[in-house]
Amino acid sequence: MSTSLSPALAAALSTSDEGMLDAWVAAQLAAGTMRRDLIDEDDLRSESREFLRLLADAARANASQTPTDPEWGAVRGFLSDLSRSRAIRGFSPSETATFVLSLKEPVFDRIRGSVTNADELTAELWSATTALDGLALFTAETFQRAREDVIKRQQQELLELSTPVVKLWDGVLALPLIGTLDSARTQVVMESLLQRIVETNSPIAIIDITGVPTVDTLVAQHLLKAVAAARLMGADCIISGIRPQIAQTIVHLGVDLGDVVTKATMADAVSQALDRQGFAIVRRDGGV
Amino acid sequence: MDRIPILKVGENLLVTIQVDLDDRVALALQDDLTEKIVATRAHGVLIDISSLEVVDSFIGRMLGNIAAMSRVLDARTVVVGMQPQVAITLVELGLSLPDIATALSVDAGMEALARAGGG
Repeated sequence: MSTSLSPALAAALSTSDEGMLDAWVAAQLAAGTMRRDLIDEDDLRSESREFLRLLADAARANASQTPTDPEWGAVRGFLSDLSRSRAIRGFSPSETATFVLSLKEPVFDRIRGSVTNADELTAELWSATTALDGLALFTAETFQRAREDVIKRQQQELLELSTPVVKLWDGVLALPLIGTLDSARTQVVMESLLQRIVETNSPIAIIDITGVPTVDTLVAQHLLKAVAAARLMGADCIISGIRPQIAQTIVHLGVDLGDVVTKATMADAVSQALDRQGFAIVRRDGGV
Repeated sequence: MDRIPILKVGENLLVTIQVDLDDRVALALQDDLTEKIVATRAHGVLIDISSLEVVDSFIGRMLGNIAAMSRVLDARTVVVGMQPQVAITLVELGLSLPDIATALSVDAGMEALARAGGG
């Protein structure tokens, strides 16, 4: 499967010079996918020069036309760095792939200059197309992978961002939950809640579910797990922020919240928590 | 064989678990504790497991058993200082130990025992 690069193509790549570089850079600048706002001509030129140099090395090393072969290692390494940096800078996949694809025109020109026989020319062009398309697809793949990494990292950050445990008062923690609770999130929520209970030595934690859109049996089960774990450590939980709709759902579904204290609003929960801690909130005379 | 020391503090017994509990040590603790409750006529047992980092279902059940045995002998058990990961493990194992009293620290546990004794 590892057909070598056809001779005229190998010659064209290994003897690439400033003229070819100029033609290529011009082709890239002229392409509709050029993003002058994201990269300037000097950078583009130096990247292009480096890529041509690596291609020439690969061609001299008698590389095959499948870019997954080891001779293309340096080229692939360069392309993956390039796609990754372009993905971060905001290029689209086709804009990134054009970097390689636009090389076709100058390469074809070179080949046409050295081969005159029509059959031979077809074979040469086919070889060049295969090799360059392979490299372009590789940039697209790397580009996508870089994007996926970004998405994964953001998901992770979102997970951490969405579980803040705040200290309301000495010995009273609050955990305002926002968004749907799945088992992965419950795990994170539970861990951060329990960790904070230990750190702040708080015997009462308020779990506020105002921001949880729906409470089904699974979500209720997750909540109860967190409550049970907190209780094992010696802290009591109050679940607050139960909207009328959610109260109805809970009863219709037959969810058993056991002996967990529930409150309609966070204010009620705070007041009960402070009361249990021995604090009383009184209005000063003349308070508005 | 390792044995867990059981200290008498006032009316209560204090058990501080500072080694990883294996099944034999746990069983020995059950024996020692029940005997000590009877011998000292203690009314409260405080088990500090803040140094315990690994639990399995056996240890979880054993904690439940100790509490139940003490109750039979008219002593209340408070488990204090459970680590977050231990609590998560027990809940995941389905052992939420609803009959055990818990507290965050030895202080809080002592207070809970005093309240229970007074009331």
